[in-house]
Amino acid sequence: MIEIDGLTKRYGDKTAVDGLSFVVEPGVVTGFLGPNGAGKSTTMRMIAGLDRPDSGTVRVNGKHYPKAPAPMAELGILLDARSVHPGLSARSNLLALARTAGISRRRVDEVIELAGLAEVAGTRAGGFSLGMGQRLGVAAALLGQPQTVVLDEPVNGLDPDGVRWIRELLKSLAAEGRTVLVSSHLMSEMAQTATQLVVLGRGKLITEASVEDFVDHATGTGVLVRTPEPVRLGQLLAAPGITVINDGTDLLRVSGTTAEQIGAAAWRAHLPVYELTPTHASLEEAFMQVTQDSIEYHAGATR
Amino acid sequence: MSAMTRPGLTPAQGAPAPAPMTPAPIAPVTVAGPVTQARVVRAEWTKLRALRSTRWCTLITVALIVGVGALVAGSGTVYRVSAGNSAAAGISGALLGVLIAQLVLGVVAVLAFSGEYGTGMIRATLAVVPARLPVLWAKLIVLAGLVLPVTMLCAFVDFFAATAIESARGGSAITLTDPGVLRTVVGSSLYLTVVVIIGLALGALLRKTAAGLSAFAAVFFVIPIVVGTLPHNITGFAPYLPSNAGGDLWGLSMTSAHALSPWTGFAVLCGYAVVLTAAAAWRLRRRDA
Repeated sequence: MIEIDGLTKRYGDKTAVDGLSFVVEPGVVTGFLGPNGAGKSTTMRMIAGLDRPDSGTVRVNGKHYPKAPAPMAELGILLDARSVHPGLSARSNLLALARTAGISRRRVDEVIELAGLAEVAGTRAGGFSLGMGQRLGVAAALLGQPQTVVLDEPVNGLDPDGVRWIRELLKSLAAEGRTVLVSSHLMSEMAQTATQLVVLGRGKLITEASVEDFVDHATGTGVLVRTPEPVRLGQLLAAPGITVINDGTDLLRVSGTTAEQIGAAAWRAHLPVYELTPTHASLEEAFMQVTQDSIEYHAGATR
Repeated sequence: MSAMTRPGLTPAQGAPAPAPMTPAPIAPVTVAGPVTQARVVRAEWTKLRALRSTRWCTLITVALIVGVGALVAGSGTVYRVSAGNSAAAGISGALLGVLIAQLVLGVVAVLAFSGEYGTGMIRATLAVVPARLPVLWAKLIVLAGLVLPVTMLCAFVDFFAATAIESARGGSAITLTDPGVLRTVVGSSLYLTVVVIIGLALGALLRKTAAGLSAFAAVFFVIPIVVGTLPHNITGFAPYLPSNAGGDLWGLSMTSAHALSPWTGFAVLCGYAVVLTAAAAWRLRRRDA
């Protein structure tokens, strides 16, 4: 479990993370989304204790991570930027980390195997491709079988096989009861892997929701209704929690209710309906809308 | 969870997250034990030993100390102990290679930290040892643990080789029991060990390899030479420069006036190491990685 409360980090004049609070629960994969510069990587660095927050707290599995007696049992992290020594082999890189927690050579070989690095384990990491480097970074994060796993852009540079490996890996880690926080630019990938979402914009929390709720409440998820009586039907459907948008044609975009309920309501009111189509926004569309909202929100527009 | 802003999302306010599809989480297993200083030392030894630069620099150091010593003993005028030429000074001359070896070892020492900052490995290192200071102590122990025995061995090999060559050429037979000789031989190794600690601290403080190496070369090579060329009335501080103060212990100080006794000079050198290491520790703990 990761608990973040009132986290703020400034670099000079720039506020990278601004009063951020959210909780990442164990047992599910939580996606960490936000446009570039939203503060995802900074937040992850603060989770690992690499950057000190200006204010606020981070707790990993209920503890202040830098004071944890067995850090590798608590947290495994893959950072966005490379963090391996190019002059050392993959095995030496992992072994050096493993030694700090008394982790055996056998476990090192195990994660090398798991990450598909067995053939290159003895070669210097400096010659690795981006994908190989990512596999090595993920192997390092898994070394201690940590209770919480934080991965920044793990599928970056991976081939389709590697992408599928990460997807299965994240799900199995969550199924074991571990806490999994993962960021990605690939929304389609996130939609397949994550069940919970934390979305940042400009260092602030935009939303914290399940993927299902997040997509359901995006414009574009709802029902498309074609009727010769758009105004009357619109008035009929209007209720708290239901949004009706009419662009002046015979089309209504209704969200917050179902096609069945709209059809029944129209029938009761004797209003003709020519078309009734449920529509779904993709995670990407939902993300674009929500991050756009945050920018308007910061500009002072009321919504 | 209740005080969060969720513009664009109305429902589920304050409600718990939907139940995961997986069975109730059980406590996950782990293979990681607690971080101890001894374990961090092993980790740092793993890195140092596996790096090619360590092996090369160690070999070069051995070649420099022993090779230059044999060269000095085997060429030029034969050394004879007299009132003006002490036995210890003769051995200091045979240890001339130490002056160059200190630069080679300085590179290893500076790189111990700056190399990790340069490659990004420091993030992985500090993420698994978030208390941070054990990493500094471990690097210090590992480097000193490598440099002290290696250079000590080199210094003794150099002593025996140089004295054998000298006496074969008809020079004075200098022994370890002659005044100041043992101190000179042991002192050259102690000097190099403390110099390496200073290099390590400079690497941790400055973080950039270029900056660390420049600072190291300036302190142990450039400044003492420049100060040596200045008029004596403005260089009263010269004996207190790290290289000169440390040089007093093993007899090669670049000041004409030996203001400090051997062990006082060494204490001054150690003082620099302590202050720089403390500054490095402070910076490591306080600053973002």
